[in-house]
Amino acid sequence: MQERFAFNTAVTGNATTGARLRRLVFPLMIATALSACDKPQAATADHKAAADTPHSGGTLVVAIDTDPNCLDPQQVGNNNSLNIGRQLTDSLTDQDPATGKIVPWLATDWKVSDDNRRFSFTLRDGVTFSDGTAFNAQSVKDNLQAIVAMGARASLASTYLKGLTEIDTPDANHVTVVFAQPNAQFLQATSTMSLGFFASQTVKATVDARCQGGLIGTGPFVLSTFVHNQKVDITRRSGYKWPSSLAKHQGDSYLDGIEYRVIPESGVRFGSLVSGQLDLNAGVTPQDEPLILAKKLPIIARTNPGLVYSLFPNQSKPLMADINVRQALNLAIDRAALQPILSRYQAPASSVLAKTTPLYQNLSSQLKYDPQAAKSLLDNDGWKVGADGVRVKDGKRLSFTLTYWQSAPFIELVQQQLKQVGIDMQLDKAPIGQVIARQSSGAQEAEFYNLTRSDPDVLRTVFDAGPGGRNVNKRGANQIDTALQQSSQTLDTEKRQQLVTDAAKGLIADGDAIPLVELATVIATGNNVHGFRYDASSRFQLYDTWLSPKQ
Amino acid sequence: MTDKTWVSDNPIDKINRPSLRLPRLVKRVLMSVAVLWAAYTLTFLILYILPSDPVTIMLNQGEQSTVDIAQVNALKAQYHLDQPFYVQYAWAIWDLLHLNLGHSIVSGDPVTRLVMQALPPTLLLAVCALAVAIVIGGGLAAGVSVLPAGRIKSALLTLPSLGAALPTFWLGLLLLQAFSFTRPWFPAMGNHGWQSLVLPTLTLAVPTAATLAQVMSRSLAEVWRRPFIDALRLKGASTAHLLWRHVLPNAAVPLLTLTGMIFGHLLAGAVVTETIFSREGLGRLAQGAVSTQDIPVVQGVVLTAATVFVLVNFVVDLLYPLLDPRIDSGSAGGGK
Repeated sequence: MQERFAFNTAVTGNATTGARLRRLVFPLMIATALSACDKPQAATADHKAAADTPHSGGTLVVAIDTDPNCLDPQQVGNNNSLNIGRQLTDSLTDQDPATGKIVPWLATDWKVSDDNRRFSFTLRDGVTFSDGTAFNAQSVKDNLQAIVAMGARASLASTYLKGLTEIDTPDANHVTVVFAQPNAQFLQATSTMSLGFFASQTVKATVDARCQGGLIGTGPFVLSTFVHNQKVDITRRSGYKWPSSLAKHQGDSYLDGIEYRVIPESGVRFGSLVSGQLDLNAGVTPQDEPLILAKKLPIIARTNPGLVYSLFPNQSKPLMADINVRQALNLAIDRAALQPILSRYQAPASSVLAKTTPLYQNLSSQLKYDPQAAKSLLDNDGWKVGADGVRVKDGKRLSFTLTYWQSAPFIELVQQQLKQVGIDMQLDKAPIGQVIARQSSGAQEAEFYNLTRSDPDVLRTVFDAGPGGRNVNKRGANQIDTALQQSSQTLDTEKRQQLVTDAAKGLIADGDAIPLVELATVIATGNNVHGFRYDASSRFQLYDTWLSPKQ
Repeated sequence: MTDKTWVSDNPIDKINRPSLRLPRLVKRVLMSVAVLWAAYTLTFLILYILPSDPVTIMLNQGEQSTVDIAQVNALKAQYHLDQPFYVQYAWAIWDLLHLNLGHSIVSGDPVTRLVMQALPPTLLLAVCALAVAIVIGGGLAAGVSVLPAGRIKSALLTLPSLGAALPTFWLGLLLLQAFSFTRPWFPAMGNHGWQSLVLPTLTLAVPTAATLAQVMSRSLAEVWRRPFIDALRLKGASTAHLLWRHVLPNAAVPLLTLTGMIFGHLLAGAVVTETIFSREGLGRLAQGAVSTQDIPVVQGVVLTAATVFVLVNFVVDLLYPLLDPRIDSGSAGGGK
């Protein structure tokens, strides 16, 4: 397993800080720079000593950039919401972020049938929901069935449970989940908060009511307040005794509670963190990074596993049906040249999968920058350079429009690089709703997004051209899909590794995916925050987090 | 002694016809209703024309986009979003006539409750900002008006233009930097306590004060030049007496007209101010609802803002006669 864990704590300012600072046009930064000499880092030795012994108490104030809208982790897919939901509920298993290995949590043991269709879990004793009711096999059954019933509203969880046929509960401590087809991704899915558990009172509530709160989970924190666009408060649950086997301590959480405040302005999040009005900034922009480092505050970053930011050519359109055009796209992009405008914690893509994804293989040899090869590929295919530098073939220009909503300035550099070989990519940044509307119309020549998932099955979810697959490329099925489908049927690591790598190689070679850059989650904390941990999907796990006195 | 300068341009206005008082009021009310209807319909139209719809947005939060088309359609049917325009519009108007603003598509909360929660903090902010703006803007204009012509006066007279040119956004961040981040005097966020109101009020008040000062400076200068002022001076009235008793009351009438407009601007400015200071309020509610295309909430916010605007202007209309009795007798018959 080739997995790296990009964990950078307390990196101090470096030589490029000044250079980066000068490039910033944001007016606040001028004012910030003027005050950059305040508050020397005093009493570092004392601080270190206090930092070694975790202790209870204090409320962690976390800044998030947008309203989580809906808090139910079984329903939502946005990171702010999942980072709250993770603290409210526990999962059957946990996934080690360092190795990708699935380890016990609420399930102490499990067995998977040889055909990977039946998953039998043995549940931990004595687990209760925060309303005092017991967590048992029936709770597992009720929650999974409720997720299936929610359908599209459970945007991630319902895809994890596709093909669920049966849930057996022979006794209170044993549950067997049966699928119609082999389902290798299910075990990893049981480690996510999307398949976390809630008391029957929550399960019986309407989907809308669950969004607004009233979530009674098994987790170390209990939801107390949710005010839209303002804040979410969660408080410690006393008597919590069933942390994940990855946790660093037992018993109640260290924190008295966590306050998530919605602060839309990045400059205000930054200033509030520096002035100690916040403990954790969950929305650090690349422009903030040098300033935070200059203030000697810890930045903690981790690459999101799953599908990297990529272009996905729509092969039902004549332009992208041409494999030479798709291959030229991959050859014309100089990924290393994108680094200067990325966050320093973010890397250009080295495969379709991000490096933190289990079974990732470095395929950067397939992603080499070769503009000459791209040009000759297009020349030989009949694409001649026109008067304006854009190639033309049979009166059609080599031009397409990319609609996107993400904050992804690197895409403009990609546009320039493509122009060098005569490909015209027009960019149209629009609100997310409009982008999705245009994508679902199927009229776009290419799509652009990423998808976080700590399992290589993410490739099948997006690319599978077989029956029922999302088939992002709108292409005919071929041997790549066979590999993808087989990879979702085996839990044999070696075999699965081979299939995933074959599929990834095929996707790049055929130009089904034009991988660009990885996504990284970047947070900054005050010097008083300790024990922050990312889970395998780069979401927050705050059970072990504790606060030392502010200086 | 009062010397009022407002003169109606229509001589017929001078004729007092009390029998027409009621129709005039009714006409004003009907006009207000028409304004509200137009605001509602226009918003509805704009939201309808936008591509995408709230269901698709709701199901596609974050980076994920794995949704089942059939289930999307089922949800759309639930919110009448699959109906043609006129049916959706008819539903909306029907509900509105029953004072039912519907439920937020994103949160499921009744829109009335969301708006009623958000309105008080925004009104408080707007009223505070207006009060501060009147003190700063009015004080500056009055102070400058009594200064002898010269460099100091012309320098001070450029201040309003400067204030009007400052982007609210930038000003808010600057105030935060000075009085929250480097000196812990005021909190950078939230609605808790009077301290949290200070910086947002200043941010919102500065551009408003600038507008007020610009209008009032002109108005004051004009009144100072009137012959009756010279006459009073010759009688021995002091400058302070003239300013307080004669010039300010006369110069205030055009300001009253402006107040109705300014209140509208304050509500609009609340979107930016509340966003910078992470405050609860109508502006944040509107901003969030627009980005998720939560049609019922956007409608509710627009309707509320329009109602406040219409009400303020209505009150301003009623206040004119108090400041100047001639306006009362005049416009009573004029139907202006």
